Amino acid sequence: MRKATNYTLLPILILVRRELVRFFRQRSRVIGAIASPLIFWFLLGSGLGKSFHAAGAPVDAGYLEYFYPGTLALMILFTAIFSTISVIEDRNEGFLQSVLVAPVTRGGIVASKVIGGTLLSLIQGLFLLALAPLVGYHLTLAGIGLAVLTMSLMGLTLTALGFVFAWSLNSVQGFHSIMNMVLFPMWLLSGALFPYSEAPTWLKGLMAVNPLTYGVSLLRTSLSPDQASIAPGLPSSEVSLLLIVVFGILFYIVAAVVVGRRAKEVSI
Amino acid sequence: MSSLAINISGLTHRYPAKKGSEERKALDGVSLQIPERELFGVLGPNGGGKSTLFKILSTLITPTEGSVKIFGEDVISHPSRVRSLIGVVFQSPALDKKLTVEENLIAQGYLYGQSGHSLRENVKAGLERMGLWDRRKEFAEKLSGGLKRRVEIAKALLHSPRLLILDEPTTGLDPGMRRELWDYLKELQNKSGMTLVVTTHLMEEADGCERIALLDKGKIVSLGAPQELRKELGGNVISIKSADPERLKTEIEAAFKAGASLADGEIRIEKEMGPDFLAQVMGKFSSQIHSITIGKPTLEDLFLRKTGRRISDPEHSHA
Repeated sequence: MRKATNYTLLPILILVRRELVRFFRQRSRVIGAIASPLIFWFLLGSGLGKSFHAAGAPVDAGYLEYFYPGTLALMILFTAIFSTISVIEDRNEGFLQSVLVAPVTRGGIVASKVIGGTLLSLIQGLFLLALAPLVGYHLTLAGIGLAVLTMSLMGLTLTALGFVFAWSLNSVQGFHSIMNMVLFPMWLLSGALFPYSEAPTWLKGLMAVNPLTYGVSLLRTSLSPDQASIAPGLPSSEVSLLLIVVFGILFYIVAAVVVGRRAKEVSI
Repeated sequence: MSSLAINISGLTHRYPAKKGSEERKALDGVSLQIPERELFGVLGPNGGGKSTLFKILSTLITPTEGSVKIFGEDVISHPSRVRSLIGVVFQSPALDKKLTVEENLIAQGYLYGQSGHSLRENVKAGLERMGLWDRRKEFAEKLSGGLKRRVEIAKALLHSPRLLILDEPTTGLDPGMRRELWDYLKELQNKSGMTLVVTTHLMEEADGCERIALLDKGKIVSLGAPQELRKELGGNVISIKSADPERLKTEIEAAFKAGASLADGEIRIEKEMGPDFLAQVMGKFSSQIHSITIGKPTLEDLFLRKTGRRISDPEHSHA
């Protein structure tokens, strides 16, 4: 029993830790992670929010209020998905081969990347969330709780999605171009830019199968808990959370299957 | 009676056809038994099937046909059971460059289910054994090729595997470091009773193994102890360079009823009483001979006789 735990948990623990250590040792990544929420906050605040200079004053512009949760989602989306680039790096640098010949469960390999990527995206998400009061949001404890939960679940789901693509690609450039084709439509159709209720029926279908739609809706609720902020036609917070979890489990299973399928040929 | 470390039978592997390349048979019906505690070498040209065999033994790929057992565990159906029994040293580096030497080893320990105080002791012992203790704080990316290889070996040995598989472990090392590495591998086998399987394309290295398999075009063309294999050949090998080797070869064959072969423009003759024969050839054909050398047969000679090519034949290597 102890042995089984050791072979499952210890590898995940060390691989997650490695993911974080590598992040903090690459200065450019740390700078990017801190600077991008700051830039977003600054641009949003000065461009859209009249209350930028008077923190705490009620938010005037409706669109800023509308845009902030979408920006939060964008941050999580990009960091989570692109964190899986490390899968490609590990393969190209050779580290992956020593993990593959170790007695680590294949699901554990996926789990470690997914947890690592989630933590990294959460760091950025929290950063941007912490700046929300400065553009006029009043955060409540419950709201923060819901936002953190939502961002964590979004992180897990999106990293698993990124992993599926990263595993089968061997160039970072290729991954970038493929993921851009996935990322932008996902974000545009998440309710971040226009509400679900305004979309034509055929778009509504696409938005309904987009996990990000539920994430944006939840973030909207968490930032303005006192308003009935759920867009008409979208499910309640509880159902939204459940849907993200379902998407997450689905992507995780696909990722584990892809990794578990031992290659007939490895290009290591 | 010692048991088998590796039992391979009827192993065939085909790489599927891809754009620009046809289906390739990398291994073709290989059967091989390696007893425990043996230092076994797999010798062959690049593209001969060594790397494919290595990848199958290390559980990285599943073969098309055949069975492979390591200490009785089936590599194909139970790779996870095999993984904890083997240590693997890759030809290409497998270290995390952004981690220090020590961190690399600790990560390795966790991957094999070790942790805490016993892991630290284990890592310390491993670093000291490989002469890396002073270097433990250095980042892997800063290390020289030789040191990296030492870290790789320390990594592979950390969980005390019963079988150590090394793929061309001396690649990129200078001759001094090569010898050092081989001395260490032999010591490892003697002291710990570990089974070692090493792939190489270098004759001198294969000579240091207890038994070797010559692998060419996916088949084992020769198997046995290096000394025994060399005995298969005559007492001496005579090589002759000439302006017209074809003609000289025919003439020598006619004159002495000796079997000669031609490789890389050189005439090769295996002879029990080499020096006498050399004197006779020189006496008769000296005007046509540019140079003539005599030597004890090497594994290269054996390979040449079995396949008609040199191991380092450029036409055959595509690495």
